[in-house]
Amino acid sequence: MSGLGVWNYLIIIFLMMTGFYMVISSSNLIKKLIGLNVFQTSVFFLYISFGYIEGSAGPVYVEGVDLYSNPLTHVLILTAIVVGVATISVGLALIIRIKESFGTIEEDDLHKMDSSL
Amino acid sequence: MLMHLPVLVVLAPLLGAPVVALMRGSTWPWVLSTLLSWFSLLCAVLLLVQVQSQGLVIYTMGGWEAPWGIEYRIDFANALLLVLITGLASVVLPYARLSVEQEVGTERAPMFYAALLLLTLGLCGITATGDAFNIFVFLEISSLATYTLIAMGRDRRALTASFSYLIMGTIGATFYLIGIGFLYVMTGTLNLADLAGRLPAINESSTVRTAFAFIVTGICLKLALFPLHLWLPNAYTYSPSAVTALLGATATKVAVYVLVRFVFTVFGIDFSFGMEPLAEVLIPLAVIGLLSASTVSITQPNIKRMLAYSSVAQIGYIVLGIAMGTAMGLTAALLHVFNHGLIKGALFMVLGAVMYRMGGTSLSDMQGLAKTMPLTFWAFVIGGLSLIGVPLTVGFVSKWHLILAAIELGWWPIVIAILVGSMLAVVYVGRVIEAGFFGEAKDPTRREAPAGLLIPVWILIFANIYFGIDTRLTVDIAEAAAAQLMAGGIVR
Repeated sequence: MSGLGVWNYLIIIFLMMTGFYMVISSSNLIKKLIGLNVFQTSVFFLYISFGYIEGSAGPVYVEGVDLYSNPLTHVLILTAIVVGVATISVGLALIIRIKESFGTIEEDDLHKMDSSL
Repeated sequence: MLMHLPVLVVLAPLLGAPVVALMRGSTWPWVLSTLLSWFSLLCAVLLLVQVQSQGLVIYTMGGWEAPWGIEYRIDFANALLLVLITGLASVVLPYARLSVEQEVGTERAPMFYAALLLLTLGLCGITATGDAFNIFVFLEISSLATYTLIAMGRDRRALTASFSYLIMGTIGATFYLIGIGFLYVMTGTLNLADLAGRLPAINESSTVRTAFAFIVTGICLKLALFPLHLWLPNAYTYSPSAVTALLGATATKVAVYVLVRFVFTVFGIDFSFGMEPLAEVLIPLAVIGLLSASTVSITQPNIKRMLAYSSVAQIGYIVLGIAMGTAMGLTAALLHVFNHGLIKGALFMVLGAVMYRMGGTSLSDMQGLAKTMPLTFWAFVIGGLSLIGVPLTVGFVSKWHLILAAIELGWWPIVIAILVGSMLAVVYVGRVIEAGFFGEAKDPTRREAPAGLLIPVWILIFANIYFGIDTRLTVDIAEAAAAQLMAGGIVR
């Protein structure tokens, strides 16, 4: 393997773990959501890397090119991006309403307020 | 028309949802979505009849043959699930009207019904499709609808409950997506039947084994297997009553179906149980889950929360049946999926009626219910007996099959665990019934719940008794489904 080789996969794993760690460790709900987004995006990269065949051209028909990378994974990821955007926007909308009714978006404070109810 | 049944089940709520969202007021959106859910139920029942005569119904989207196009592949297992989902939706939607007017408000009613239709659409889609990536898309459609529906609860804790479900649900779905990606890399296909045909040749590969781990973990998050159940109690407790009834009856069951589909059809029994330690992982978790969640539910002051924990316990029974890896265990699991849907749907709807009249669902609201709201109370008693597993109810049928399956394997400790779980159910259902019978009503002037709530509740209660006495239909279908699943993926 020349070129990118396994480097892109190492970067993907790094991003995935960073995102996952943010989701688990952050107390702030916005930071949690950012972590979730990083986690999802790393999976998008994973799929796009899957589609690449070494030495291949982009999946647009051109005279004299025989080897194309697989466009299907790209298409799948377009769908997954839409899903991701929807998830993040629903999450942000929820955070706004949480802020309105609780006055805070720190998870520790929310837990205290919940148990006092 | 009959040819297009598999897609019509999914299409009716999909086309209806935007129309409903554009309407004003609460009556017309309700009428339209109720009619659509009945139409879906009709399609699902006709589909089940078709499956019974043909064994397998395949529908290719736009005429593109699988594995290039997406196909809907209906066998006994998904036909049964489709009837459960659309059936519950057709009972919950008529019920929703009064409950929604009070708990959600007329203003937000059109959006509520649109989200409820999207939820039904997502669940039906997951069940009907024969494409792994399509399952992911429908999973997210149903999850997004669920997040908004939970957040419509009156209590402000509904918002935090919805948010934590959003985080956990998305992680679960993303795990599933990673697993599907690995499978695609190894096989070059996303069609479930095609995957099943190609995987045995590359069983040894560590990529396939990693994919299996990711997919099973991701789905177990969605089906709330102990200890991944943390999102469930709050989500069920704070969402509006009609939503809890539909979610409690169908959402986790559909995740169970996806697990069954992957374990038995796609990966096959030899791989899942022979090469991977699936039984060794799932059985302890299922047993701990059913015992601990049943114990926790005894101490809950809020009855809705008590039933939510009981749902976690029931998932334990279902996963136990799957983890046995035998035809009998699988039959019991599928039976309990259907029967528990009927039980929990009915019980959560009863609590919705209590909520409507008393304004809450804590044990103190249930005091003296036998005098003030006798019909509601007796519905709870029958539903509760069915949850415990008393003969002549559906709960008995599925627990009986589960115990038979455990005895067949000679797993006596498991039999004892199932019986202890039922005893715990006697305790937690019993204390509600005791409060209802012998407690002093807080306000003796409260009257019976209106007919609009009671009729749907009693339809489900009668279904509980009917399928408990006449077991031929459900048991036959569950056995046929288990036989198909055990035979492996390629059912031609």
